[in-house]
Amino acid sequence: MNDMKPQKEGPDDSAAIAQLPNGPVGAAILSAGIGSCALGLLAVMGDGSKAVAHWMTFYLPTGPLSGVTSTAILVWLISWAFLARRWRTKTVAIAKVNTVAFVLLALSLLLTFPPFADRLLGK
Amino acid sequence: MEITVRALASEIHGMLFGGFFLMAIFGVVVELFRSAHVEEPSKLTPRGYSLERLYLIVTAGLGWVAVLLGAYIVYPWYRAIPPAGVTNLAGYPQHLLMSSPLTTGWHGLGMEWKEHISWLAPIAMTMVAYVLTKHRLAMKKYPQIRTAVLVFALVALVSASVAGFFGAMIDSNAPVKGGTTIHLVRGNL
Repeated sequence: MNDMKPQKEGPDDSAAIAQLPNGPVGAAILSAGIGSCALGLLAVMGDGSKAVAHWMTFYLPTGPLSGVTSTAILVWLISWAFLARRWRTKTVAIAKVNTVAFVLLALSLLLTFPPFADRLLGK
Repeated sequence: MEITVRALASEIHGMLFGGFFLMAIFGVVVELFRSAHVEEPSKLTPRGYSLERLYLIVTAGLGWVAVLLGAYIVYPWYRAIPPAGVTNLAGYPQHLLMSSPLTTGWHGLGMEWKEHISWLAPIAMTMVAYVLTKHRLAMKKYPQIRTAVLVFALVALVSASVAGFFGAMIDSNAPVKGGTTIHLVRGNL
């Protein structure tokens, strides 16, 4: 929010900024998109297949929602850890990372919208 | 004045954690817009930064508690299956909603949408909180990061709003209630 974090602020602030890699941030952004999209995909799969719904029932009182959300969170965290490790000291094409993340996020919004999911499943 | 345990848990899920989460996301979105249009970025004191960090962490935490409480405590009561022969569906909200064509949409669209989209909000806000607390200097060098943070925060706001709206509407049509009754205040006639 306020940009001037005093973390490394001072006379050397601009030098510190110049050397900053964006990899760790890119990893956080892209993995959030991946996790969100995984949630949408799993929700549709659970809705469309009784077998998937059965596999996704990790906790019976909650039903398939328990597995859909837990698996999506796992996908998100694992992809975050993987990308963060890979991009820890790298500078990535953040505009491209954003574009992919936004597409995944838009897909997740579509896939979690029941009329769209129903149409996709031919219901 | 009394309330059942299930109704209390439902209120804590929706009004306390969900409501505060929604308000807190709105605060983050407003601040992101404001800070994108300042001529001279403001500098906080170290305590100010600590409080801001705490605000962001609490915001994400509220979201996670809201969805977990909803999915694992309230939702099982909502989707409970009535035993054979039961005609009073008051304790079985999903079945009560689906028993009338006038209310079935609150489940078919409302709950089906809410139960999934609500999870996007804490995922997005965790990313937003992480970037704003750990990598805010990077936003100065890479303006695209601010764009990503703002987009995810807006999606979190929309997701939490959808969940909040349908949660309130579903609860007004078929409230989750039952369990032990807690007597809060005994009124005088």
